[in-house]
Amino acid sequence: MSALSIKNLHKSYSNGFTALKGIDLEVEEGDFFALLGPNGAGKSTAIGIIASLINKSDGTVSVFGHDLDSDPEAVKSYIGLVPQEFNFNQYEPVEEILVNQAGYQGVPRREAFRRAEIYLKKTGLWDKRRVNARMLSGGMKRRMMIARALVHHPKLLILDEPTAGVDIENRHSMWDFLREINDNGTTIILTTHYLEEAESLCRKIAIINQGEIIENTTMSGLLNRLHCEVFLFDLKEPVSEVPNLGDYAVKLIDECTIEVEVSREQGINPLFTTLSNRGLEVVSMRNKQNRLEQLFVELIQQSGEA
Amino acid sequence: MAMPRYAIAYQTILTKEILRFSRIWIQTLIPPAITTALYFLIFGQLIGGRIGQMDGLDYNQFIVPGLILMSVITNSYSNVVSSFFSCKYQRHIEELLISPVPNWVILAGYVSGGVVRGVMVGIIVTLVAKFFADFTIHSYLLTVTVFVLTSILFALCGFINAVYAKTFDDISIIPTFILTPLTYLGGIFYSIKLLPDFWQQLSLFNPVLYMINAFRYGVLGISDIDIATALTIIISFIVALVIFSLYLLDRGIGIKQ
Repeated sequence: MSALSIKNLHKSYSNGFTALKGIDLEVEEGDFFALLGPNGAGKSTAIGIIASLINKSDGTVSVFGHDLDSDPEAVKSYIGLVPQEFNFNQYEPVEEILVNQAGYQGVPRREAFRRAEIYLKKTGLWDKRRVNARMLSGGMKRRMMIARALVHHPKLLILDEPTAGVDIENRHSMWDFLREINDNGTTIILTTHYLEEAESLCRKIAIINQGEIIENTTMSGLLNRLHCEVFLFDLKEPVSEVPNLGDYAVKLIDECTIEVEVSREQGINPLFTTLSNRGLEVVSMRNKQNRLEQLFVELIQQSGEA
Repeated sequence: MAMPRYAIAYQTILTKEILRFSRIWIQTLIPPAITTALYFLIFGQLIGGRIGQMDGLDYNQFIVPGLILMSVITNSYSNVVSSFFSCKYQRHIEELLISPVPNWVILAGYVSGGVVRGVMVGIIVTLVAKFFADFTIHSYLLTVTVFVLTSILFALCGFINAVYAKTFDDISIIPTFILTPLTYLGGIFYSIKLLPDFWQQLSLFNPVLYMINAFRYGVLGISDIDIATALTIIISFIVALVIFSLYLLDRGIGIKQ
């Protein structure tokens, strides 16, 4: 079943700026879906329309088969939103913010307190439940917004840059938490500027630029399109000059690090054989650039040129 | 039996509103008591003694209904305007907009919050008035009716002001330049019979005059205005403001892009 179906969605603002130029998007139930794009591409506008925060100019949006225009309350009851900006009462205690959100969704107060406890514990904020929200750190505020978005058990969770400003340790624990939610059946749409986050979490991806969808495919399908990747190799013994690795293009970064460009046709296994034949022992290797980031930049450039 | 979803949402908004002004009771509940006490002390005790009687009552007694209703008007209005504007300003209005809460429930929740604060302040001010003036309620039914209707009407005005407001200045302009003059010129401190004909006629265009006189009739049994006319005007204003508020919410004016 389609969790989200968008057809010909347009949005023009009163100042004449057109944020969305007729986008189509399908997100299947259970997907972990990445919606990526540069700043100002139209991601937040699209999310704002889906979540009823922005009025659309044209097109249709339906969530789990319910049309946003004819049945907005059903659509809203399916969605949990974690917006980009902090949008809670900074002077309310954390627990109250969650309980109120549950109440707006029609969850009885006693049950709302029970759910608030569950999600505040899961997001590591239970000890802060009586603290005014303005006293939380940036990362804690983000986690609180995730907990708030989950109190009514939404079937579709929309995360607009949920880990912005969150430290690495907490980001990884949030990833685990989001995977768990997705594994339990919640469809997730994620926008992020951390492309390794999208690559690590999402199975499907759409890229939006200048108000248009320029790519909509599976994550693995997109990554397979990479023509070449650049790897950095850390060598055990220093080298004084650029080693000759046959057809592979090589650069010397420093005496113990070389950069090698590997095309899809060449493959990486023959490279290890070549390195071994040259007597070069590799200690570790890594991608020079995140693979998705590399593709993302290419696609955005192509779309801009077109 | 489980509460219907809308009832839970309404209860949540109302509880949030009551908690909000209760947390800052020193700013919301105490100042009206002090202001009223000062009015009674200065206008009632010190100057009122020299004024003598008005409409057959001691001046101290005459100003009681107007002072109570002035507090109700000010507090109902300011509660909703400040709460809903700060909700927009801090963007937590989005919590409501993304939820399956119909607009009439949002309006009812905020207006009820304003009414609860208006009623609480009204009760406090009545207790203060009892300390300074001797009076018994002429008609409890009319007193409570006008009390609540006036509170609803000004809570709605506060809501509309908040919807249009873009800055904090915008939520103080209307109370300062419109609400306060209308209230003071609405016959709190005088009977319009004391005014020359032209000013009497002009006063009839002030809606606050009808509320204060209807309330004064409920409390003291005297009025410059026909009570049925006063109630009709108050209810008509409420109906018009409810329709207009729902229109604003439906169109998303001031709250959606």
